[in-house]
Amino acid sequence: MTEKIVSIKGLWICRAEHAVLEDINLELVAGDFLGLIGPNGGGKSTLLKAMLGLIKPERGSIAIFGLPPAAARSRVGYVPQKTVFDQSFPVKALDVVLMGRYSRTGLLHRYGRMDRQAALEALKAVAMEDRALREIGTLSGGEQQRVFVARSLVSDPQLLLLDEPTAGVDSAQQTDFYDLLCHLNRDLHMAIVLVSHDVTAISKYVGKIACLNQRLYYHDSKELKNEDIEKAYGCPVEMIAHGTPHRVLREHD
Amino acid sequence: MIDLDFLQYDFMRNALAAGLAASVLCGVIGIYVILNKIVFISDGIAHAAFGGIGLGYFLGYDPLAFGIGSAVLTALGIGMVSSRARVSEDTAIGVFMATGMALGIMLLTLSQGYARDLYGYLFGNILAVTRSDVLLISALTLIILALVFLLYKEFLLLSFDPIYAEAIGLPVQSLRLLLLAMVAFSVVILIKIVGIIMVIALLTIPGAISRRHMLGLPAIMAGSMFLGAIFVTIGLLISYELDVPSGATIILTAAAVFFLSTVLSR
Repeated sequence: MTEKIVSIKGLWICRAEHAVLEDINLELVAGDFLGLIGPNGGGKSTLLKAMLGLIKPERGSIAIFGLPPAAARSRVGYVPQKTVFDQSFPVKALDVVLMGRYSRTGLLHRYGRMDRQAALEALKAVAMEDRALREIGTLSGGEQQRVFVARSLVSDPQLLLLDEPTAGVDSAQQTDFYDLLCHLNRDLHMAIVLVSHDVTAISKYVGKIACLNQRLYYHDSKELKNEDIEKAYGCPVEMIAHGTPHRVLREHD
Repeated sequence: MIDLDFLQYDFMRNALAAGLAASVLCGVIGIYVILNKIVFISDGIAHAAFGGIGLGYFLGYDPLAFGIGSAVLTALGIGMVSSRARVSEDTAIGVFMATGMALGIMLLTLSQGYARDLYGYLFGNILAVTRSDVLLISALTLIILALVFLLYKEFLLLSFDPIYAEAIGLPVQSLRLLLLAMVAFSVVILIKIVGIIMVIALLTIPGAISRRHMLGLPAIMAGSMFLGAIFVTIGLLISYELDVPSGATIILTAAAVFFLSTVLSR
């Protein structure tokens, strides 16, 4: 029997009296790789935050591994949208990865040898082990992003949530990065939710695709109906499939 | 040759002891203030503490205890306000800061005949530190060191990336309030030494210099403590020899080293 990793039923989230998410239903099992696309402000980050238990639903339910989201955090890895930090912050890459062990180590306990071992292995998984002792600010944007992915992997998650992880990463590094996600998904059976605005790029890699703009357009497959995308983006589908929805929206007028 | 005969005076021994304990405190808390970018908040807390000090005088109780009380309340107030995000944080600080100062001046004036003390609180008077002040400062320093030791990894996570920290279940808001409360305690202690106006310099200058030359947080903290101790000792000696105000001398010593290190590390 495949365990239900994510089970969202009739989820509504409102902010200042406005519905941000409307009647979302979503189920994911082990090995699923979901690409979540949609226009800016469509609620993609909000949905991820709800899955982490950072935002309370107005109506409906979210269960992660059958648990309330906040209780399941130690089994979930999270890569936030563009980590903003002080580039001269005095920590090594290894220290940053260790931070991801917090959910396992807990309040007041110190990191032990096991934690350090896990951190080194996570860095190895993203091919950054030779940078372990470098200060985080001295690494390139792509390298930093890999360190943040390692930080999300270090707690051995079974569900990985990535919020536009390739922002500010050049295209060669992006390909490497997607290959890494495919490896985690295929070989380690990690369920992955990848939020992106780059439809063409991710459609090569993900197993299923959903489109979110307040409502979720999803058919448990890699296919999205044209009318769904048109409804979500408010413009003809062939424009979106070629990438740049923003420029297209202007021509659309 | 440095003349050590000043150590025969009780007030000099107390001053030195208080100064050294405060350096340890600055070394640790100052780094967090810098890394969390709460320099302005810390300065606001120092000024707001003056309201409590004035109230202490007015009611005839220990001004320092009241100062600590109002500093902690202000710290928590700012922490709560900024998390609600209705009023922007620096507006809140500005309001607290000015209100605290106004209250302090008003209450001290109403208490009659404390003009000399007013000067001491604004500009510091390390030579007026008593034996019991030294004990209080040492005890607070130990408590704060213990907290930082216990919560080292939590404070690191909070300082580096609070958004991620919250996502993986760190009690971010409580830790932030605790950090602000620790800053409040430290700031009131420093008021005794360099005064409200100059607190922020002693809190940030040692850390800012140390950060340029040391790698890793523990080394930066150690370097910052060492520098703080040097500044306090040298400043105290110069002010004793030349009979000039101690607080200003300590800060000028620190500032001179800061500018020197900036120029040299170019």
